[in-house]
Amino acid sequence: MIEIQNLSKTFHLKTGDVRAVQNVSLSIADGQVYGIIGYSGAGKSTLVRCLNLLEVPDGGEIRIGADQIVLQNGRIFRRDQGGLRRIGERQLCALRSGIGMIFQHFNLLDRSTVYENIAYPLKYSGMKAGAVRERVYELLDLVDLRDKVNVYPAQLSGGQKQRVAIARALANNPRVLLSDEATSALDPDATESILALLKDLNRKLGLTIVLITHEMAVIKAVCDRVAVMEDGRVVEEGSVYEIFAHPQTGITRRFVDSSSPLGKIDRLLEEQSPLVEIGPGQKLVKLIFRKECVGEAIVTRAAREFGLDFSIVLANVEYLQGGPIGGLIGVVSGKKEDLKGGLRFLDENHVTVEVLRDGDH
Amino acid sequence: MGIIERYTPNLYNYFDRFLTSCSATFEMFCKAGAIAFVIGLVLGVLLVVTRKGGIARNPILYQLTNALVNVLRSIPFIILLIFLIPLTRKVVGTAIGVRGAILPLVAGTVPFYTRQVEVALSGVEPGKVEAARSMGSGLLGLIFRVYLHEAVPALIRVTTVTAISLIGLTTMAGAVGAGGIGSFAINYGQNQNHQDIVNVCVVALLLVVFALQTIGNLLAKRTTNRALIQRRH
Ligand SMILES: Nc1ncnc2c1ncn2[C@@H]1O[C@H](COP(=O)(O)OP(=O)(O)OP(=O)(O)O)[C@@H](O)[C@H]1O
Ligand SMILES: [Mg+2]
Repeated sequence: MIEIQNLSKTFHLKTGDVRAVQNVSLSIADGQVYGIIGYSGAGKSTLVRCLNLLEVPDGGEIRIGADQIVLQNGRIFRRDQGGLRRIGERQLCALRSGIGMIFQHFNLLDRSTVYENIAYPLKYSGMKAGAVRERVYELLDLVDLRDKVNVYPAQLSGGQKQRVAIARALANNPRVLLSDEATSALDPDATESILALLKDLNRKLGLTIVLITHEMAVIKAVCDRVAVMEDGRVVEEGSVYEIFAHPQTGITRRFVDSSSPLGKIDRLLEEQSPLVEIGPGQKLVKLIFRKECVGEAIVTRAAREFGLDFSIVLANVEYLQGGPIGGLIGVVSGKKEDLKGGLRFLDENHVTVEVLRDGDH
Repeated sequence: MGIIERYTPNLYNYFDRFLTSCSATFEMFCKAGAIAFVIGLVLGVLLVVTRKGGIARNPILYQLTNALVNVLRSIPFIILLIFLIPLTRKVVGTAIGVRGAILPLVAGTVPFYTRQVEVALSGVEPGKVEAARSMGSGLLGLIFRVYLHEAVPALIRVTTVTAISLIGLTTMAGAVGAGGIGSFAINYGQNQNHQDIVNVCVVALLLVVFALQTIGNLLAKRTTNRALIQRRH
Protein backbone atom coordinates (compact mmCIF):
# COMPACT_ATOMS: atom_id res chain seq x y z
CA MET A 1 0.00 0.00 0.00
CA ILE A 2 1.32 3.39 -0.97
CA GLU A 3 -0.31 6.35 0.64
CA ILE A 4 0.60 9.90 -0.17
CA GLN A 5 -0.78 12.76 1.84
CA ASN A 6 -0.58 16.45 1.04
CA LEU A 7 2.68 16.07 -0.80
CA SER A 8 4.12 19.34 -2.10
CA LYS A 9 7.25 20.33 -3.94
CA THR A 10 8.14 23.81 -5.13
CA PHE A 11 11.22 24.66 -7.15
CA HIS A 12 12.62 28.09 -6.45
CA LEU A 13 14.04 29.46 -9.65
CA LYS A 14 15.41 32.88 -10.49
CA THR A 15 12.45 33.39 -12.76
CA GLY A 16 10.03 32.60 -9.96
CA ASP A 17 8.65 29.63 -8.06
CA VAL A 18 7.47 26.52 -9.86
CA ARG A 19 4.92 24.64 -7.83
CA ALA A 20 5.59 21.27 -9.43
CA VAL A 21 3.52 19.24 -6.98
CA GLN A 22 0.75 20.83 -4.97
CA ASN A 23 -0.92 19.07 -2.08
CA VAL A 24 -1.25 15.73 -3.78
CA SER A 25 -2.93 12.91 -1.90
CA LEU A 26 -3.21 9.46 -3.42
CA SER A 27 -3.59 5.92 -2.29
CA ILE A 28 -2.33 2.99 -4.31
CA ALA A 29 -3.24 -0.54 -3.30
CA ASP A 30 -0.73 -3.39 -3.32
CA GLY A 31 -0.52 -5.21 -6.61
CA GLN A 32 -2.08 -2.41 -8.59
CA VAL A 33 -0.83 -0.94 -11.81
CA TYR A 34 -1.44 2.72 -11.17
CA GLY A 35 -1.17 5.21 -14.00
CA ILE A 36 -0.37 8.89 -13.74
CA ILE A 37 -1.15 10.84 -16.87
CA GLY A 38 -0.73 14.49 -17.71
CA TYR A 39 0.79 16.83 -20.24
CA SER A 40 4.41 17.88 -20.20
CA GLY A 41 5.25 19.91 -17.11
CA ALA A 42 2.26 18.68 -15.13
CA GLY A 43 4.54 17.45 -12.35
CA LYS A 44 4.32 13.70 -12.94
CA SER A 45 8.05 13.04 -12.77
CA THR A 46 8.47 15.25 -9.76
CA LEU A 47 5.65 13.44 -7.95
CA VAL A 48 7.13 10.03 -8.67
CA ARG A 49 10.67 11.13 -7.83
CA CYS A 50 9.31 12.29 -4.50
CA LEU A 51 8.07 8.75 -3.84
CA ASN A 52 11.59 7.31 -3.72
CA LEU A 53 12.93 10.57 -2.35
CA LEU A 54 15.16 11.32 -5.32
CA GLU A 55 13.52 14.68 -4.86
CA VAL A 56 12.93 15.76 -1.31
CA PRO A 57 9.38 17.08 -1.01
CA ASP A 58 8.79 20.26 0.97
CA GLY A 59 6.03 18.73 3.01
CA GLY A 60 3.60 15.86 3.28
CA GLU A 61 3.61 12.21 4.20
CA ILE A 62 4.44 9.08 2.28
CA ARG A 63 3.63 5.60 3.46
CA ILE A 64 5.10 2.71 1.55
CA GLY A 65 4.47 -0.61 3.23
CA ALA A 66 5.76 -0.36 6.77
CA ASP A 67 7.80 2.77 6.14
CA GLN A 68 6.16 5.98 7.18
CA ILE A 69 8.02 8.97 5.92
CA VAL A 70 7.15 12.45 7.10
CA LEU A 71 8.45 15.53 5.37
CA GLN A 72 8.72 18.88 7.06
CA ASN A 73 10.45 21.92 5.59
CA GLY A 74 12.40 19.74 3.19
CA ARG A 75 13.64 17.46 5.99
CA ILE A 76 12.99 13.73 6.00
CA PHE A 77 11.73 11.90 9.08
CA ARG A 78 10.59 8.37 9.77
CA ARG A 79 7.64 7.79 12.04
CA ASP A 80 8.08 4.95 14.51
CA GLN A 81 6.96 4.18 18.06
CA GLY A 82 9.21 6.85 19.46
CA GLY A 83 7.75 9.56 17.23
CA LEU A 84 9.57 11.29 14.40
CA ARG A 85 13.19 10.47 13.74
CA ARG A 86 15.39 12.26 11.23
CA ILE A 87 16.64 10.00 8.43
CA GLY A 88 20.33 10.02 7.58
CA GLU A 89 22.01 9.55 4.22
CA ARG A 90 22.59 5.81 4.76
CA GLN A 91 18.98 5.09 5.62
CA LEU A 92 17.88 7.19 2.69
CA CYS A 93 19.96 5.03 0.35
CA ALA A 94 18.53 1.87 1.90
CA LEU A 95 15.04 3.24 1.46
CA ARG A 96 15.64 4.04 -2.20
CA SER A 97 17.06 0.62 -2.93
CA GLY A 98 13.75 -0.85 -1.77
CA ILE A 99 11.89 0.88 -4.62
CA GLY A 100 12.70 0.10 -8.25
CA MET A 101 12.63 2.72 -10.95
CA ILE A 102 12.88 2.71 -14.75
CA PHE A 103 13.26 5.64 -17.11
CA GLN A 104 12.49 6.87 -20.60
CA HIS A 105 16.12 6.73 -21.70
CA PHE A 106 16.97 3.49 -19.87
CA ASN A 107 20.03 5.04 -18.18
CA LEU A 108 22.16 1.93 -18.37
CA LEU A 109 25.90 2.11 -17.82
CA ASP A 110 27.33 2.04 -21.33
CA ARG A 111 30.70 0.69 -20.27
CA SER A 112 29.19 -2.25 -18.41
CA THR A 113 27.80 -5.44 -19.88
CA VAL A 114 24.21 -6.50 -19.36
CA TYR A 115 25.43 -8.73 -16.53
CA GLU A 116 27.28 -5.93 -14.79
CA ASN A 117 24.38 -3.52 -15.21
CA ILE A 118 22.02 -5.93 -13.52
CA ALA A 119 24.60 -6.79 -10.86
CA TYR A 120 25.09 -3.09 -10.10
CA PRO A 121 22.61 -2.82 -7.20
CA LEU A 122 23.66 -6.21 -5.82
CA LYS A 123 27.41 -5.61 -5.64
CA TYR A 124 28.77 -3.99 -2.49
CA SER A 125 25.51 -4.80 -0.73
CA GLY A 126 27.03 -7.57 1.35
CA MET A 127 25.87 -10.26 -1.07
CA LYS A 128 28.30 -13.08 -1.90
CA ALA A 129 29.61 -13.26 -5.48
CA GLY A 130 27.93 -16.61 -6.07
CA ALA A 131 24.58 -15.30 -4.86
CA VAL A 132 24.92 -12.23 -7.08
CA ARG A 133 25.55 -14.44 -10.09
CA GLU A 134 22.57 -16.60 -9.33
CA ARG A 135 20.29 -13.61 -8.87
CA VAL A 136 21.47 -11.95 -12.08
CA TYR A 137 20.67 -15.07 -14.11
CA GLU A 138 17.30 -15.34 -12.38
CA LEU A 139 16.56 -11.74 -13.42
CA LEU A 140 17.83 -12.35 -16.95
CA ASP A 141 15.33 -15.19 -17.26
CA LEU A 142 12.59 -12.99 -15.87
CA VAL A 143 13.10 -10.47 -18.67
CA ASP A 144 14.02 -13.09 -21.25
CA LEU A 145 17.53 -11.86 -22.08
CA ARG A 146 19.81 -14.70 -21.00
CA ASP A 147 21.58 -14.82 -24.37
CA LYS A 148 22.65 -11.16 -24.05
CA VAL A 149 24.47 -11.54 -20.77
CA ASN A 150 27.89 -10.44 -22.03
CA VAL A 151 26.69 -7.80 -24.44
CA TYR A 152 27.10 -4.03 -24.02
CA PRO A 153 24.06 -1.71 -24.11
CA ALA A 154 25.21 -0.15 -27.39
CA GLN A 155 24.53 -3.50 -29.04
CA LEU A 156 20.95 -3.76 -27.75
CA SER A 157 17.67 -2.48 -29.18
CA GLY A 158 15.65 0.03 -27.18
CA GLY A 159 13.24 -2.64 -25.99
CA GLN A 160 16.10 -4.87 -24.87
CA LYS A 161 17.74 -1.98 -23.05
CA GLN A 162 14.51 -1.35 -21.18
CA ARG A 163 14.38 -5.03 -20.25
CA VAL A 164 17.85 -4.77 -18.76
CA ALA A 165 16.73 -1.67 -16.88
CA ILE A 166 13.71 -3.53 -15.55
CA ALA A 167 15.85 -6.46 -14.41
CA ARG A 168 18.23 -4.05 -12.71
CA ALA A 169 15.37 -2.22 -11.00
CA LEU A 170 13.98 -5.48 -9.66
CA ALA A 171 17.31 -6.85 -8.42
CA ASN A 172 16.65 -6.02 -4.79
CA ASN A 173 13.16 -7.51 -4.83
CA PRO A 174 11.30 -4.22 -4.46
CA ARG A 175 7.56 -4.28 -3.80
CA VAL A 176 7.10 -1.19 -5.93
CA LEU A 177 8.33 -0.28 -9.39
CA LEU A 178 8.19 3.33 -10.57
CA SER A 179 8.13 3.78 -14.32
CA ASP A 180 8.74 7.25 -15.74
CA GLU A 181 7.71 7.25 -19.40
CA ALA A 182 9.41 3.88 -19.80
CA THR A 183 7.93 3.29 -23.25
CA SER A 184 8.05 6.83 -24.64
CA ALA A 185 11.31 6.24 -26.53
CA LEU A 186 10.25 2.90 -27.98
CA ASP A 187 8.59 1.91 -31.25
CA PRO A 188 5.05 0.48 -31.06
CA ASP A 189 6.20 -3.16 -31.08
CA ALA A 190 8.73 -2.67 -28.31
CA THR A 191 6.20 -0.57 -26.37
CA GLU A 192 3.72 -3.39 -26.52
CA SER A 193 6.24 -5.98 -25.41
CA ILE A 194 7.51 -3.87 -22.51
CA LEU A 195 3.95 -3.16 -21.35
CA ALA A 196 3.16 -6.87 -21.57
CA LEU A 197 6.28 -7.62 -19.51
CA LEU A 198 5.26 -5.07 -16.87
CA LYS A 199 1.77 -6.53 -16.66
CA ASP A 200 3.26 -9.99 -16.42
CA LEU A 201 5.60 -8.98 -13.59
CA ASN A 202 2.68 -7.31 -11.87
CA ARG A 203 0.71 -10.55 -11.94
CA LYS A 204 3.57 -12.98 -11.28
CA LEU A 205 5.34 -11.09 -8.51
CA GLY A 206 2.42 -9.08 -7.17
CA LEU A 207 4.54 -6.05 -8.03
CA THR A 208 2.89 -2.68 -7.51
CA ILE A 209 3.64 -0.46 -10.49
CA VAL A 210 3.32 3.31 -10.62
CA LEU A 211 3.45 4.25 -14.25
CA ILE A 212 3.80 7.73 -15.68
CA THR A 213 2.79 8.39 -19.24
CA HIS A 214 1.33 11.04 -21.48
CA GLU A 215 -0.36 8.46 -23.68
CA MET A 216 -3.82 7.21 -22.86
CA ALA A 217 -3.10 4.07 -24.91
CA VAL A 218 -0.56 3.01 -22.28
CA ILE A 219 -3.06 3.57 -19.48
CA LYS A 220 -5.63 1.57 -21.41
CA ALA A 221 -3.26 -1.31 -21.98
CA VAL A 222 -2.05 -1.99 -18.44
CA CYS A 223 -3.46 0.24 -15.72
CA ASP A 224 -6.10 -0.57 -13.15
CA ARG A 225 -6.43 2.95 -11.83
CA VAL A 226 -5.32 6.31 -13.08
CA ALA A 227 -4.72 9.81 -11.76
CA VAL A 228 -4.83 12.77 -14.12
CA MET A 229 -2.41 15.57 -13.30
CA GLU A 230 -2.50 19.19 -14.35
CA ASP A 231 -0.38 22.02 -12.96
CA GLY A 232 0.96 19.98 -10.08
CA ARG A 233 -2.44 18.78 -8.91
CA VAL A 234 -4.35 15.57 -9.32
CA VAL A 235 -7.53 16.78 -11.01
CA GLU A 236 -9.20 13.43 -11.43
CA GLU A 237 -8.64 9.95 -10.10
CA GLY A 238 -10.43 6.64 -10.43
CA SER A 239 -10.51 3.23 -12.02
CA VAL A 240 -9.48 3.30 -15.66
CA TYR A 241 -12.91 2.02 -16.57
CA GLU A 242 -14.76 4.83 -14.80
CA ILE A 243 -12.41 7.44 -16.21
CA PHE A 244 -13.15 6.19 -19.72
CA ALA A 245 -16.87 5.86 -19.11
CA HIS A 246 -17.32 9.22 -17.35
CA PRO A 247 -14.44 11.60 -17.76
CA GLN A 248 -15.26 14.54 -15.48
CA THR A 249 -12.79 17.25 -16.37
CA GLY A 250 -11.89 18.80 -19.70
CA ILE A 251 -8.35 17.53 -19.65
CA THR A 252 -9.44 13.97 -18.94
CA ARG A 253 -11.93 14.15 -21.77
CA ARG A 254 -9.15 15.31 -24.08
CA PHE A 255 -6.98 12.37 -23.07
CA VAL A 256 -9.84 9.91 -23.53
CA ASP A 257 -10.71 11.36 -26.93
CA SER A 258 -7.08 11.35 -28.02
CA SER A 259 -6.89 7.61 -27.60
CA SER A 260 -10.26 6.70 -29.05
CA PRO A 261 -11.42 6.66 -32.67
CA LEU A 262 -14.43 8.63 -31.44
CA GLY A 263 -12.08 11.55 -30.87
CA LYS A 264 -12.11 12.11 -34.63
CA ILE A 265 -15.54 13.66 -34.33
CA ASP A 266 -13.97 16.97 -33.33
CA ARG A 267 -12.18 17.09 -36.67
CA LEU A 268 -15.33 16.19 -38.58
CA LEU A 269 -17.29 18.92 -36.80
CA GLU A 270 -14.58 21.45 -37.40
CA GLU A 271 -14.29 20.61 -41.07
CA GLN A 272 -18.10 20.69 -41.38
CA SER A 273 -18.00 17.27 -42.94
CA PRO A 274 -21.23 16.18 -44.71
CA LEU A 275 -21.20 13.17 -42.37
CA VAL A 276 -22.22 15.38 -39.48
CA GLU A 277 -24.52 17.74 -41.37
CA ILE A 278 -27.95 17.43 -39.83
CA GLY A 279 -31.32 18.98 -40.41
CA PRO A 280 -34.56 19.35 -38.46
CA GLY A 281 -35.68 16.18 -36.71
CA GLN A 282 -32.11 14.97 -36.42
CA LYS A 283 -29.58 14.90 -33.61
CA LEU A 284 -25.90 14.05 -33.60
CA VAL A 285 -25.43 11.94 -30.47
CA LYS A 286 -22.59 10.23 -28.68
CA LEU A 287 -23.51 7.05 -26.88
CA ILE A 288 -21.27 5.31 -24.37
CA PHE A 289 -22.16 1.72 -23.56
CA ARG A 290 -20.90 0.38 -20.26
CA LYS A 291 -19.92 -3.25 -19.86
CA GLU A 292 -23.44 -4.02 -18.50
CA CYS A 293 -24.94 -3.35 -21.90
CA VAL A 294 -22.20 -4.11 -24.40
CA GLY A 295 -23.51 -7.01 -26.44
CA GLU A 296 -27.16 -6.16 -25.91
CA ALA A 297 -29.04 -4.86 -28.91
CA ILE A 298 -30.11 -1.68 -27.19
CA VAL A 299 -29.69 0.62 -30.16
CA THR A 300 -31.77 -1.51 -32.49
CA ARG A 301 -34.39 -1.91 -29.77
CA ALA A 302 -34.60 1.84 -29.42
CA ALA A 303 -34.81 2.19 -33.16
CA ARG A 304 -37.59 -0.36 -33.42
CA GLU A 305 -39.65 0.69 -30.46
CA PHE A 306 -39.50 4.41 -31.18
CA GLY A 307 -39.35 4.31 -34.95
CA LEU A 308 -35.96 6.02 -35.08
CA ASP A 309 -33.23 5.85 -37.70
CA PHE A 310 -29.61 5.59 -36.70
CA SER A 311 -26.87 6.47 -39.10
CA ILE A 312 -23.49 5.61 -37.63
CA VAL A 313 -20.60 8.04 -38.03
CA LEU A 314 -18.01 6.50 -35.69
CA ALA A 315 -18.09 3.42 -33.49
CA ASN A 316 -15.63 1.62 -31.29
CA VAL A 317 -15.25 -0.89 -28.47
CA GLU A 318 -12.37 -0.52 -26.00
CA TYR A 319 -11.12 -3.46 -23.98
CA LEU A 320 -9.90 -2.05 -20.67
CA GLN A 321 -8.64 -3.75 -17.52
CA GLY A 322 -12.14 -3.35 -16.04
CA GLY A 323 -14.02 -4.79 -19.06
CA PRO A 324 -15.24 -3.65 -22.47
CA ILE A 325 -16.69 -0.24 -23.11
CA GLY A 326 -18.51 0.70 -26.30
CA GLY A 327 -18.88 4.05 -27.97
CA LEU A 328 -20.95 5.21 -30.90
CA ILE A 329 -21.41 8.54 -32.58
CA GLY A 330 -24.23 8.80 -35.03
CA VAL A 331 -27.07 10.81 -36.43
CA VAL A 332 -30.43 9.81 -35.07
CA SER A 333 -33.58 10.97 -36.80
CA GLY A 334 -37.25 10.67 -36.02
CA LYS A 335 -40.24 12.60 -34.76
CA LYS A 336 -39.54 14.99 -31.92
CA GLU A 337 -41.47 12.96 -29.31
CA ASP A 338 -39.93 9.70 -30.47
CA LEU A 339 -36.44 11.15 -30.34
CA LYS A 340 -36.99 12.24 -26.77
CA GLY A 341 -38.43 8.87 -25.78
CA GLY A 342 -35.73 6.91 -27.55
CA LEU A 343 -32.92 8.81 -25.88
CA ARG A 344 -34.59 8.39 -22.49
CA PHE A 345 -34.89 4.67 -23.15
CA LEU A 346 -31.15 4.50 -23.86
CA ASP A 347 -30.37 6.47 -20.74
CA GLU A 348 -32.45 4.09 -18.63
CA ASN A 349 -30.46 1.18 -20.05
CA HIS A 350 -27.05 2.38 -18.79
CA VAL A 351 -26.16 4.14 -22.00
CA THR A 352 -24.64 7.55 -21.48
CA VAL A 353 -26.18 9.89 -24.02
CA GLU A 354 -24.58 13.13 -25.05
CA VAL A 355 -26.16 15.30 -27.72
CA LEU A 356 -23.36 16.87 -29.72
CA ARG A 357 -25.53 18.76 -32.17
CA ASP A 358 -29.25 19.31 -32.39
CA GLY A 359 -30.90 19.87 -35.77
CA ASP A 360 -33.87 21.62 -34.19
CA HIS A 361 -31.76 24.43 -32.76
CA MET B 1 76.24 5.50 -34.00
CA GLY B 2 77.73 5.93 -37.42
CA ILE B 3 74.66 7.63 -38.75
CA ILE B 4 74.49 10.03 -35.81
CA GLU B 5 78.14 10.94 -36.27
CA ARG B 6 77.68 11.52 -39.96
CA TYR B 7 74.47 13.57 -40.05
CA THR B 8 74.46 15.27 -36.66
CA PRO B 9 78.10 15.66 -35.69
CA ASN B 10 77.41 18.06 -32.85
CA LEU B 11 74.83 15.82 -31.27
CA TYR B 12 77.42 13.05 -31.45
CA ASN B 13 79.78 15.13 -29.40
CA TYR B 14 77.18 15.79 -26.73
CA PHE B 15 75.36 12.50 -26.92
CA ASP B 16 75.78 11.74 -23.21
CA ARG B 17 74.28 15.12 -22.38
CA PHE B 18 71.44 14.39 -24.75
CA LEU B 19 70.64 11.12 -22.99
CA THR B 20 70.82 12.78 -19.56
CA SER B 21 68.47 15.47 -20.83
CA CYS B 22 66.01 12.91 -22.13
CA SER B 23 66.03 11.09 -18.84
CA ALA B 24 65.54 14.37 -16.92
CA THR B 25 62.55 15.22 -19.07
CA PHE B 26 61.21 11.73 -18.60
CA GLU B 27 61.61 11.95 -14.84
CA MET B 28 59.89 15.35 -14.62
CA PHE B 29 57.11 14.16 -16.87
CA CYS B 30 56.43 11.01 -14.87
CA LYS B 31 56.69 12.47 -11.39
CA ALA B 32 54.86 15.72 -12.02
CA GLY B 33 52.37 13.89 -14.25
CA ALA B 34 51.53 11.30 -11.63
CA ILE B 35 51.00 13.88 -8.91
CA ALA B 36 49.02 16.22 -11.15
CA PHE B 37 46.90 13.28 -12.34
CA VAL B 38 45.80 12.44 -8.81
CA ILE B 39 45.25 16.02 -7.67
CA GLY B 40 43.47 17.05 -10.88
CA LEU B 41 41.18 14.05 -10.71
CA VAL B 42 40.29 14.77 -7.09
CA LEU B 43 39.66 18.46 -7.74
CA GLY B 44 37.71 17.72 -10.94
CA VAL B 45 35.45 15.32 -9.05
CA LEU B 46 35.12 17.86 -6.25
CA LEU B 47 33.97 20.54 -8.70
CA VAL B 48 31.40 18.26 -10.31
CA VAL B 49 29.86 16.93 -7.12
CA THR B 50 29.78 20.22 -5.22
CA ARG B 51 28.47 22.44 -8.00
CA LYS B 52 24.87 23.57 -8.26
CA GLY B 53 22.75 20.55 -9.07
CA GLY B 54 25.63 18.24 -8.10
CA ILE B 55 25.18 15.16 -5.94
CA ALA B 56 26.83 16.77 -2.90
CA ARG B 57 26.10 20.42 -3.45
CA ASN B 58 28.39 22.67 -1.46
CA PRO B 59 28.67 26.25 -2.73
CA ILE B 60 31.58 27.21 -0.45
CA LEU B 61 33.78 24.27 -1.37
CA TYR B 62 32.89 24.75 -5.01
CA GLN B 63 33.72 28.45 -5.04
CA LEU B 64 37.03 27.87 -3.25
CA THR B 65 38.18 25.16 -5.64
CA ASN B 66 36.92 27.10 -8.60
CA ALA B 67 38.76 30.26 -7.56
CA LEU B 68 42.02 28.37 -6.91
CA VAL B 69 41.87 26.76 -10.33
CA ASN B 70 41.06 30.03 -12.06
CA VAL B 71 43.84 31.97 -10.35
CA LEU B 72 46.52 29.36 -10.99
CA ARG B 73 45.41 29.06 -14.59
CA SER B 74 45.82 32.75 -15.31
CA ILE B 75 49.49 32.87 -14.30
CA PRO B 76 51.85 32.19 -17.23
CA PHE B 77 53.98 29.13 -16.47
CA ILE B 78 57.34 30.85 -16.69
CA ILE B 79 56.19 33.40 -14.07
CA LEU B 80 54.70 30.64 -11.92
CA LEU B 81 58.05 28.90 -12.05
CA ILE B 82 59.83 31.90 -10.54
CA PHE B 83 56.99 32.79 -8.23
CA LEU B 84 57.02 29.36 -6.63
CA ILE B 85 60.79 29.27 -5.95
CA PRO B 86 60.51 30.18 -2.24
CA LEU B 87 57.70 27.73 -1.66
CA THR B 88 59.50 24.95 -3.49
CA ARG B 89 62.60 25.55 -1.42
CA LYS B 90 60.53 25.19 1.76
CA VAL B 91 58.67 22.10 0.67
CA VAL B 92 61.29 20.02 -1.15
CA GLY B 93 64.44 21.63 0.24
CA THR B 94 65.71 22.86 -3.11
CA ALA B 95 64.32 25.01 -5.89
CA ILE B 96 66.65 23.88 -8.64
CA GLY B 97 67.21 20.76 -10.66
CA VAL B 98 64.61 18.17 -11.51
CA ARG B 99 63.48 17.99 -7.87
CA GLY B 100 62.88 21.71 -7.80
CA ALA B 101 60.87 21.63 -11.00
CA ILE B 102 58.26 19.08 -9.92
CA LEU B 103 56.19 21.41 -7.72
CA PRO B 104 55.87 24.21 -10.30
CA LEU B 105 55.12 21.64 -13.01
CA VAL B 106 52.33 20.20 -10.86
CA ALA B 107 51.04 23.70 -10.12
CA GLY B 108 51.09 24.51 -13.81
CA THR B 109 49.34 21.33 -14.86
CA VAL B 110 46.70 20.81 -12.16
CA PRO B 111 44.42 23.76 -13.02
CA PHE B 112 44.29 22.82 -16.68
CA TYR B 113 43.77 19.16 -15.92
CA THR B 114 41.12 19.88 -13.28
CA ARG B 115 39.05 21.80 -15.82
CA GLN B 116 39.48 19.03 -18.35
CA VAL B 117 38.39 16.41 -15.82
CA GLU B 118 35.42 18.58 -14.92
CA VAL B 119 34.36 18.70 -18.56
CA ALA B 120 34.87 14.96 -18.99
CA LEU B 121 32.75 14.15 -15.93
CA SER B 122 30.06 16.62 -16.98
CA GLY B 123 29.64 14.50 -20.09
CA VAL B 124 28.23 11.65 -18.01
CA GLU B 125 24.48 11.70 -18.58
CA PRO B 126 22.63 12.87 -15.48
CA GLY B 127 20.16 10.04 -16.08
CA LYS B 128 22.80 7.46 -15.24
CA VAL B 129 23.51 9.18 -11.95
CA GLU B 130 19.79 9.41 -11.29
CA ALA B 131 19.31 5.70 -11.96
CA ALA B 132 22.19 4.79 -9.65
CA ARG B 133 20.71 7.03 -6.99
CA SER B 134 17.38 5.28 -7.35
CA MET B 135 19.18 1.99 -6.73
CA GLY B 136 20.52 3.28 -3.45
CA SER B 137 24.05 4.32 -4.40
CA GLY B 138 25.68 6.78 -2.02
CA LEU B 139 28.21 9.49 -2.79
CA LEU B 140 31.24 7.20 -3.17
CA GLY B 141 29.31 4.71 -5.26
CA LEU B 142 28.13 7.49 -7.56
CA ILE B 143 31.64 8.90 -7.96
CA PHE B 144 33.48 5.65 -8.59
CA ARG B 145 30.85 3.41 -10.14
CA VAL B 146 29.09 5.98 -12.29
CA TYR B 147 31.02 9.22 -12.87
CA LEU B 148 34.58 7.91 -13.11
CA HIS B 149 33.53 4.58 -14.60
CA GLU B 150 31.43 6.02 -17.40
CA ALA B 151 33.81 8.88 -18.15
CA VAL B 152 36.85 6.67 -18.78
CA PRO B 153 37.14 7.34 -22.54
CA ALA B 154 36.71 11.08 -22.03
CA LEU B 155 39.18 11.01 -19.15
CA ILE B 156 41.72 9.22 -21.33
CA ARG B 157 41.30 11.88 -23.98
CA VAL B 158 41.77 14.81 -21.61
CA THR B 159 44.67 13.07 -19.87
CA THR B 160 46.37 12.73 -23.24
CA VAL B 161 45.91 16.41 -24.00
CA THR B 162 47.23 17.31 -20.56
CA ALA B 163 50.21 14.97 -20.88
CA ILE B 164 51.15 16.64 -24.14
CA SER B 165 50.91 20.08 -22.62
CA LEU B 166 53.00 18.84 -19.67
CA ILE B 167 55.77 17.84 -22.09
CA GLY B 168 55.69 21.43 -23.26
CA LEU B 169 55.97 22.73 -19.70
CA THR B 170 58.96 20.49 -18.87
CA THR B 171 60.94 22.16 -21.65
CA MET B 172 60.51 25.46 -19.84
CA ALA B 173 61.65 24.01 -16.54
CA GLY B 174 65.18 24.44 -17.79
CA ALA B 175 64.80 28.01 -16.53
CA VAL B 176 65.28 26.72 -12.97
CA GLY B 177 68.15 24.51 -14.01
CA ALA B 178 66.11 21.35 -14.25
CA GLY B 179 67.82 20.31 -17.43
CA GLY B 180 65.78 18.29 -19.86
CA ILE B 181 65.45 18.43 -23.61
CA GLY B 182 64.34 22.04 -23.60
CA SER B 183 67.43 23.42 -21.95
CA PHE B 184 69.62 21.03 -23.93
CA ALA B 185 68.25 22.49 -27.14
CA ILE B 186 68.92 26.03 -25.94
CA ASN B 187 72.31 25.54 -24.29
CA TYR B 188 73.93 23.14 -26.70
CA GLY B 189 71.90 23.84 -29.81
CA GLN B 190 70.80 27.42 -30.14
CA ASN B 191 73.50 29.09 -28.05
CA GLN B 192 76.33 27.26 -29.77
CA ASN B 193 74.81 27.52 -33.20
CA HIS B 194 74.39 23.77 -33.60
CA GLN B 195 71.24 23.59 -35.70
CA ASP B 196 71.45 19.80 -35.93
CA ILE B 197 70.96 19.53 -32.17
CA VAL B 198 67.89 21.76 -32.27
CA ASN B 199 66.50 19.70 -35.12
CA VAL B 200 66.96 16.43 -33.29
CA CYS B 201 65.30 17.84 -30.18
CA VAL B 202 62.33 18.94 -32.24
CA VAL B 203 62.05 15.52 -33.83
CA ALA B 204 62.39 13.75 -30.48
CA LEU B 205 59.62 15.87 -28.95
CA LEU B 206 57.40 15.37 -31.96
CA LEU B 207 57.83 11.62 -31.70
CA VAL B 208 56.91 11.63 -28.03
CA VAL B 209 53.83 13.78 -28.62
CA PHE B 210 52.81 11.62 -31.55
CA ALA B 211 53.21 8.44 -29.50
CA LEU B 212 51.17 9.88 -26.62
CA GLN B 213 48.40 10.98 -28.95
CA THR B 214 48.29 7.62 -30.70
CA ILE B 215 48.15 5.64 -27.47
CA GLY B 216 45.52 8.04 -26.08
CA ASN B 217 43.30 7.78 -29.13
CA LEU B 218 43.60 4.03 -29.19
CA LEU B 219 42.73 3.60 -25.53
CA ALA B 220 39.84 6.07 -25.74
CA LYS B 221 38.40 4.19 -28.66
CA ARG B 222 38.89 0.82 -27.01
CA THR B 223 37.03 1.95 -23.90
CA THR B 224 34.08 3.68 -25.55
CA ASN B 225 30.90 1.78 -24.74
CA ARG B 226 32.85 -1.08 -23.24
CA ALA B 227 35.37 -1.98 -20.61
CA LEU B 228 39.03 -2.23 -21.59
CA ILE B 229 39.19 -5.76 -20.29
CA GLN B 230 35.95 -7.66 -20.47
CA ARG B 231 35.11 -10.38 -18.02
CA ARG B 232 32.68 -12.96 -19.30
CA HIS B 233 29.99 -14.26 -17.01
N1 LIG C 1 15.07 20.09 -10.83
C1 LIG C 1 14.18 21.04 -11.19
N2 LIG C 1 14.48 22.33 -11.02
C2 LIG C 1 13.61 23.27 -11.36
N3 LIG C 1 12.40 23.05 -11.88
C3 LIG C 1 12.04 21.79 -12.09
C4 LIG C 1 12.91 20.70 -11.76
N4 LIG C 1 12.30 19.55 -12.07
C5 LIG C 1 11.10 19.89 -12.57
N5 LIG C 1 10.93 21.23 -12.59
C6 LIG C 1 9.73 21.95 -13.04
O1 LIG C 1 8.61 21.39 -12.41
C7 LIG C 1 7.53 21.25 -13.30
C8 LIG C 1 7.09 19.83 -13.37
O2 LIG C 1 8.10 19.08 -13.99
P1 LIG C 1 8.00 17.50 -14.18
O3 LIG C 1 9.29 17.07 -14.77
O4 LIG C 1 7.57 16.87 -12.92
O5 LIG C 1 6.85 17.38 -15.25
P2 LIG C 1 6.34 16.11 -16.04
O6 LIG C 1 4.88 16.04 -15.81
O7 LIG C 1 7.15 14.93 -15.67
O8 LIG C 1 6.62 16.54 -17.53
P3 LIG C 1 7.18 15.66 -18.75
O9 LIG C 1 6.02 14.93 -19.32
O10 LIG C 1 7.71 16.71 -19.69
O11 LIG C 1 8.25 14.77 -18.22
C9 LIG C 1 8.00 21.81 -14.63
O12 LIG C 1 7.54 23.13 -14.74
C10 LIG C 1 9.50 21.78 -14.52
O13 LIG C 1 10.07 22.84 -15.25
MG1 LIG D 1 8.56 13.71 -16.75
